[in-house]
Amino acid sequence: MQGLFDQYETEGFFDEMFEADGKVRPHYERLLGRFSDMDTATFERKRAMAESAYLNQGITFTVYRGDEGTERIMPFDLVPRIIPADEWRHLERGLEQRLRALNLFLHDVYHDQRIVKEGVIPLEIIRTAKHYRPELVGLDVPHGIYIHVCGTDLVRGADGQYFVLEDNGRCPSGVSYVLENRQAMKRVFPKLFSRYGVRPVDRYPQELLAALRYVAPGGNPDPTVVVLTPGIYNSAYFEHSFLARAMGIEIVTSQDLVVQNSRVFMKTTKGLKQVDVIYRRIDDDFLDPTVFRKDSVLGVPGIVNAYREGNVNLANALGTGVADDKVTYYYVPAMIRFYLGEEPILPNVDTYLSAVESDRKYILENLENLVVKAANESGGYGMMIGPHATKEEIEKFRAAIIADPRGYIAQPVVSLSRSPSRVDGKFEGRHIDLRPYILMGEKTTIIPGGLTRVAMRKGSLVVNSSQGGGTKDTWVLDEGEEQPC
Amino acid sequence: MLSRVADSCFWLSRYIERAESSSRILDVNMQLVLDFEALNYSDSNQQWLPILATLEDQELFLQLHDKISGDAVMEFITFEKTNPNSILASVTHARENARTVREQISSEMWERINRLYLYLQSPSARAAHRESPIGFHRTLVENLHSFQGITDATMTHGEGWQFLQAGKFLERADSTSRVLDFKYHVLLPQGEKVGGNIDVTQWMAVLRSCSAMEAYFKISNGRVSSWEVAEFLILHDSFPRSIRFCVDSLDSALHRISGTDRGHFENEAERLSGLLRSNLDFANIGSIFKTGLHQYLEETQIRLNGISNALAETYCRWL
Repeated sequence: MQGLFDQYETEGFFDEMFEADGKVRPHYERLLGRFSDMDTATFERKRAMAESAYLNQGITFTVYRGDEGTERIMPFDLVPRIIPADEWRHLERGLEQRLRALNLFLHDVYHDQRIVKEGVIPLEIIRTAKHYRPELVGLDVPHGIYIHVCGTDLVRGADGQYFVLEDNGRCPSGVSYVLENRQAMKRVFPKLFSRYGVRPVDRYPQELLAALRYVAPGGNPDPTVVVLTPGIYNSAYFEHSFLARAMGIEIVTSQDLVVQNSRVFMKTTKGLKQVDVIYRRIDDDFLDPTVFRKDSVLGVPGIVNAYREGNVNLANALGTGVADDKVTYYYVPAMIRFYLGEEPILPNVDTYLSAVESDRKYILENLENLVVKAANESGGYGMMIGPHATKEEIEKFRAAIIADPRGYIAQPVVSLSRSPSRVDGKFEGRHIDLRPYILMGEKTTIIPGGLTRVAMRKGSLVVNSSQGGGTKDTWVLDEGEEQPC
Repeated sequence: MLSRVADSCFWLSRYIERAESSSRILDVNMQLVLDFEALNYSDSNQQWLPILATLEDQELFLQLHDKISGDAVMEFITFEKTNPNSILASVTHARENARTVREQISSEMWERINRLYLYLQSPSARAAHRESPIGFHRTLVENLHSFQGITDATMTHGEGWQFLQAGKFLERADSTSRVLDFKYHVLLPQGEKVGGNIDVTQWMAVLRSCSAMEAYFKISNGRVSSWEVAEFLILHDSFPRSIRFCVDSLDSALHRISGTDRGHFENEAERLSGLLRSNLDFANIGSIFKTGLHQYLEETQIRLNGISNALAETYCRWL
């Protein structure tokens, strides 16, 4: 190691950039060379430059504390995460396979439930999933696509093997950071990219629009597509408007929409205009106060009825939450075998279901060594990391599991891979994950890479932005660029 | 275009213009106070009363402060968060509106206004204001002008842009009427005559605050009188801050939005703006002074408000 990385230690973890003996991995070699030409002052200047760019562009998310929300920028780490071409090909195949199975599963759940009848998944698991929507049984959605946009979280264990940690099949967020991070890196380190063979990511909005247009009701060749946002105070508002802008379509709030004759219209200066496809960034629960939560002010009364009549399509479909329930997750490898007759390309992390008696016994006996997760929480909430937890927390979760076995799962602690990250003026290893974004339309498209999230706190395994996580640019290399020249 | 978006564009533009207007009025008052101090008139603090009257903020100010001082008034108009018309509040509102129409306006426009907002929130804005309030307000106006330039150069001149124009010119007409009216609230010190030194100084300050001094002197043969300054700022047909010019531009934007020919109307907003525009086209300054300048300006403000309401009813709140 040299220059800026002189003091860097892998500390026994799987490190993305360096091998255990401190030798740089081949696909990082040139990056190390270019960084090594830089002194600390230059690097810190670049960092400040990137930060002020995010601030000035208003690339912020809102953190709620007390009754006042404050806008913050997401910490952005300047050391990119690099994925070689062959590694990415493997991930792509696995992700595509997984999403195919999840979509078939959702169709099955809301139709014949073959998978239950043939004894692969207990009926009870589906029936009790928080986001299962019996109202939608029998409903056909255009092209049988339920999850149009999937964000699948991947992690690497101690030996570098990739695992699927969870599937986000409702409203996965973060893709705007993939695009903005790349812009920021290009602005700050223009020379870093030359001849590295980094695959571009900027076609995502066009691919998303194509996928949304493809699922218009009745095969309408020129549908009106909109993004539905809860509004400017939502923590992901920046992303909603970013995507609308990049796709060149309207962004609407519930106040802009009205349902008449089971059709959805938006209120314009020239009267009502019918809407065909809604890329909604509002959870099922809040979408329609006449069907789901009555107190929702974010929703559009009557929209679910219009959807059921087939006059408007929603992406993602209603009821996809049954597929990203953490108990359902346990069954995804079985789904892949059941629907596709294939072996899963990307494995799950070992998972114990507290709903199963023998598993529950094991969980309760080993709480201090396990990660426990609530089946229906996300964003790093409702989660306990045994080895880092206090006695009280462990007992709290013990009681919760006994009271609601269906509500929890447990997994061994995965020693997530680390990547060098800039902390307090030096480089230190920080744990990371990867969220690729998979689009399903006429074809399945995955933008090269995805969002690499970093747990910026030392030793922390929680990468969520609401828990102080940051992000990195993610580089997928072109074929034939694996060997440094 | 979405009704909500049209509404936000309109108000975004009004708030930008309002911030500029407050900044200009403060600027002119500071200059007047300096002139007064130079002339050795006592109690220059009293000179800060009219500005509150002009901006219709007197009541709130007196709730917050026991006595009037230049520093308190400047702070109140520039940074006071609880004053809904302060410059900081206007820029904050403008930014909120811009955020809701991020996909309609250009990134450059958004970035300009977001940076201005971040600056106004920062300690360096306070420091700059302490160092030189006049310099601070000049910079502020420059920033707002740069927003206008960026808007014209980077945004499609379609429907959204026309709503921005409508908001801008409506607010600007209102602003010019208030600056003119400001002179009405500024009393001449005892013993000073209309047309005397102080009177002329005050009228020149009014011109300066509308960036109108140079344009005015090109046509006035060096005379400064209430009559002529008012005529210039109300009725000039091509000075971009005259009320007539602004109402004409407002009327034009409204007609471009609906596609109706000028001189005709299709909705109440167009009818009212057309009416005001033709009044201005055929008015003369004699009749205005006969009505009374103050009263005429107040009526104009009410009529502008009527156009604003009609526009909202027509395009934004129709359902």
